[in-house]
Amino acid sequence: MPRLRRPDAMDCPPDTDTDPGAPAGIGLRPPHLAALLRGEAAVDLVEVHAENHLAAGGPGPRALARVRERWPLTVHGVGLSIGGAAPLEAAHLARVAALVERVEPLHFSEHLAWSGHAGRWFNDLLPLPYDAAALQRVCDHVDQVQQALRRPMLLENPSRYLGCAASTMDEADFLVAVVRRTGCRLLLDLTNALVTAVNQGGDAAAFIDALPADAVAQYHLAGCTPDRDALGAPLLIDSHARPVDEAVWALYARALRRFGPQPTVVERDQDLPPLPVLAAEADRARALMRASARRAAADRPTGGAGGAGAPGRPAAAALRPVAHR
Amino acid sequence: MKPRPAPPPAATDALQALQADVAAALLDPSRPPPPGLQSWNGACVAQRFGIHRNNVLVSLVDALADAYPVLAEVVGPDFFGALATDYVRAHPPRGPVLAEWGEHPDDDFAAWLQAWLPARAPAAGLPWLPDLARLERARQRAWHAADAEPVPPATLAAALARPQQLPAARLRLHPALSALASTHAVVSLWQLHQGAQADAQALAALDIAQVEAALVLREGDLVLVRPVPAAEAGFVAALAAGRSLGEAAADAGPALDLAAALARLIGAGALVGWTAPGGPVGAPDEAGAARAPTRARARAEPAA
Repeated sequence: MPRLRRPDAMDCPPDTDTDPGAPAGIGLRPPHLAALLRGEAAVDLVEVHAENHLAAGGPGPRALARVRERWPLTVHGVGLSIGGAAPLEAAHLARVAALVERVEPLHFSEHLAWSGHAGRWFNDLLPLPYDAAALQRVCDHVDQVQQALRRPMLLENPSRYLGCAASTMDEADFLVAVVRRTGCRLLLDLTNALVTAVNQGGDAAAFIDALPADAVAQYHLAGCTPDRDALGAPLLIDSHARPVDEAVWALYARALRRFGPQPTVVERDQDLPPLPVLAAEADRARALMRASARRAAADRPTGGAGGAGAPGRPAAAALRPVAHR
Repeated sequence: MKPRPAPPPAATDALQALQADVAAALLDPSRPPPPGLQSWNGACVAQRFGIHRNNVLVSLVDALADAYPVLAEVVGPDFFGALATDYVRAHPPRGPVLAEWGEHPDDDFAAWLQAWLPARAPAAGLPWLPDLARLERARQRAWHAADAEPVPPATLAAALARPQQLPAARLRLHPALSALASTHAVVSLWQLHQGAQADAQALAALDIAQVEAALVLREGDLVLVRPVPAAEAGFVAALAAGRSLGEAAADAGPALDLAAALARLIGAGALVGWTAPGGPVGAPDEAGAARAPTRARARAEPAA
């Protein structure tokens, strides 16, 4: 039976003593729902897209309630258009706030992007310039979301294919400014970090290193698809259609060293594999968090007493946001 | 609109203008990408902008195919891709909840299809396609509709005990329920596409030029398509439009089997409110709530 993985669970052979420090799970897509409820994969955490769970009634809310009974959730918004020039849609924000109140997720996150303009919605995450005007607008919108949700939100770094001529700062500086001014934290999508770096001639490791160590509260991992631009330069498409790249795993390990274990979600939207195959990627994330926690404990002069793996730590610690110290 | 601390107007205008340009170019492939966008290495911006155009179009065409799976299967991927692309460009979503795309009366997909077919595919010979779209739309709505408790048996018994009041009674139907009548056999067509593989032999034998009707309703976690006589669909549609029981029965005409129609609604839990001329009909202990709106009453009643 799948259940919240406990620090003392005996079902993960190589290392059962070390608390991974944070839960690892998957983004739930409808074709996986039945298999998940049947217990075909052991995950610690399930992420849902807010916009897919706003039905007034019917099977959807009942299924979400069943999932919520067994796993902690994170709620991931894909339609608030935080980076939009126009004001947020108040009615939509109210519906998202009601969902968040109902399911009490570990985190609510949204993207540093925009997706609608003048009453039309594009179902895509579109690029915005990183300048003072956009910063002001994004901070206003983050404030508004945090007031409606009565909790800090997480802002996700986007995958970018294009730059903006108007930009006056780089992405890390922009994100840090939003964090400082609004009190939000970051959902660090390591695939987006790689995609953006490759597509803009940047350095994903430098991007990670430029974020403050206490700014990141969740990770995303996904697959991307390699392509070439018109000049033959590599171009990565954030397709969510493949397993997580080795380059992304390496960035994840780097992020764990800098930001510590945080709730981690593997995302897949195209060419969905069977649920256990996807869950195996969450297992790998958990194993990396364990290794990171072990290393951190070994590095502590006291030998780690009272650290992440201490037996007295409540098993439900993973249920609370920001369990990592 | 609430006042907010705004950045200098010129800067705001620039952000607005860029997003307006991007929005216009996303759905119109004849426009060049907006000038405010750039690539780091000087490579063609149009190619990179094309990734966003593709994300928008493909994800919305896929969403439409998910909402109208039998329609997409019946016409095949090329034809569906062409019609869906035209629909996406003419009626992009008005909000971020894709399940509600097309709910605005101006965006009704079946009505749009009715105009699109003769204009863009006059030789296709698919006059029944809009009704198939209506059936699939009704199923989508039923998935997401609000929950409602059926009228308790005691309330029904009290109502039926006063036959003289029946014609004037107003029946409230479950939000997931809808009725559909067509001059074509779209209900059979839809049913024949429900297996893992469409039944080719039965499809070839299907006489599409016949009147069919169905109720679309939710039972438990399932959305069901129940074939019914056309008169019964007309009766349910009239009730849904707010006609009284007597008026709805008269609208449906002499072919209506009223007892069977009511029994089907009650059996499916699709009757969620019953208001007699003097107010809601209730069990004796509910007399105090008799003047309350039926919606509030339904919520106050314990679940069956």
